[in-house]
Amino acid sequence: MGHIIRRQRLWILLASSVLLAGCASNLQWYVVSPATESGRANLLFLAGGLKYTLLLSCTAIVISVVVGLLVALPGLSKNPLWRGVNRVYVEVVRAVPILVLILWVYYGLPIVMGLAVSVFWAGVIALALSDSAFEAEIFRAGIQSIDRGQLEASDSLGLGYFDRMRYVVLPQAIRRVLPPLGNQLVYMLKMSSLVSVIGMEELTRRANELVTSQYRPLEIYTVLIIEYLLLILLVSAGVRWLERRLARRDER
Amino acid sequence: MNIVSQSSSPAPTIIELEKVSRFFGSFQALNEVSLRVSAGEKMVICGPSGSGKSTLIRCVNQLEKHDAGRVTVNGVELGRNAKQLRAIRTDVGMVFQQFNLFPHLSVLENLMLGPMRTRKLTKPVAMELAMRYLHRVRIPEQADKYPSQLSGGQQQRVAIARSLCMEPKVMLFDEPTSALDPEMISEVLDVMVELADTGMTMMVVTHEMGFARQVADTMVFMDGGKIVETSSPEQFFTRPQSERGQLFLKQILQH
Ligand SMILES: Nc1ncnc2c1ncn2[C@@H]1O[C@H](COP(=O)(O)OP(=O)(O)O)[C@@H](O)[C@H]1O
Ligand SMILES: [Mg+2]
Repeated sequence: MGHIIRRQRLWILLASSVLLAGCASNLQWYVVSPATESGRANLLFLAGGLKYTLLLSCTAIVISVVVGLLVALPGLSKNPLWRGVNRVYVEVVRAVPILVLILWVYYGLPIVMGLAVSVFWAGVIALALSDSAFEAEIFRAGIQSIDRGQLEASDSLGLGYFDRMRYVVLPQAIRRVLPPLGNQLVYMLKMSSLVSVIGMEELTRRANELVTSQYRPLEIYTVLIIEYLLLILLVSAGVRWLERRLARRDER
Repeated sequence: MNIVSQSSSPAPTIIELEKVSRFFGSFQALNEVSLRVSAGEKMVICGPSGSGKSTLIRCVNQLEKHDAGRVTVNGVELGRNAKQLRAIRTDVGMVFQQFNLFPHLSVLENLMLGPMRTRKLTKPVAMELAMRYLHRVRIPEQADKYPSQLSGGQQQRVAIARSLCMEPKVMLFDEPTSALDPEMISEVLDVMVELADTGMTMMVVTHEMGFARQVADTMVFMDGGKIVETSSPEQFFTRPQSERGQLFLKQILQH
């Protein structure tokens, strides 16, 4: 039994080293090598997209959290009409692919509204809209998870709907939904690459442009992957730090 | 002069329930319950589990909406008017079995929230009020702790202080010691006895018969959604009128 597993491992090792060697012979890392002048220039060009990836994602997530919360609240109403509004919004928005929404907002909205939308704002609107449906569901679940006793205590103190939300429910709900919110931020960072199709100069667009002039897709896209990886690892660490900080002082 | 004439006249009614019913689906949790509590009166409500004690007491501040009958607090009949309801709730404090403190707020913040948001007091005034009532429940040193850092008895005392910070006319207690470890029960009951001595009007659902004997002006015994017996504590404990009341007392005094 043991020797079969050992033999299997040997095969995998052999196969992967052959594959790596094969690739290595084709790799031309000089295009993105920090050791050469042109490599450094190319790397800087690629990293230059970071600013827009961040700006796009962060603006979109802020808007989608706000919209998501506003959509979640009617979903918690006793009135079936309000709940219907929430359901329709979530179902419709969730059904549209992000890429389609980006194209629609950029090319379609100017025709409907009669005013041009910049590439940046088209991207932000599409990403935020698309994400808001998911944020709405996250907030609804988070708010519903708050113990009834908390609401009764608020009521018995005479707090109104907004005070109750603002001071009692939301501070507790947000702590609970922080992990899924972090997920959505990571998702947003990745989806922002789709805005490259309408010409946003973010990370993916920069990589595409460099590939067109340098003809080295493997190396350049590998760097692109590493860029996203580093960015997202950093964001995840940030979210976890925030969770710990908020969890430290209370609840069990 | 005025004081003399007031004390000689009967205390005004502060809570009145007339034929109050409450249904959960087809199940009737309250069956035409009527009662009257006058200012300064201490009413202790007891009865077997599921007899409707919580539903009854929760109707007084409308955490539970009654389906039929009339609930009148401080001369105002409670209806569906949200604004009026909030006004009444500032006059009626409530202490829950599960404390229901706000876990994300410090003790002091728990106490200050109602006064600042509902009574619109300024922060320094609310803080002074909060500290005064923390002294009253004898845990001023815990002001900056969070609820999870306190014992059950301390948490319930904070909850009592939180209600008192609204300076209510009536205090409702729904089994305030039932979730506590035995050694913490007396510290909470002591605070409640002291509160009773200040003349507060109280409605207390409890099975602590020692407390009832010491504090109650009126004993109410409930069963099956109805008030079976209303009497003085001496009468209830020595010769309960109803058979179910006798049975209940026997069971509860056994241990
Ligand atoms: N929200 C509710 N939904 C359905 N039934 C309820 C609800 N609240 C209470 N009841 C029922 O009403 C009855 C009285 O409950 P309650 O007032 O809590 O009794 P007690 O406090 O005397 O134990 C119980 O049978 C309980 O199951
Ligand atoms: Mg109960």
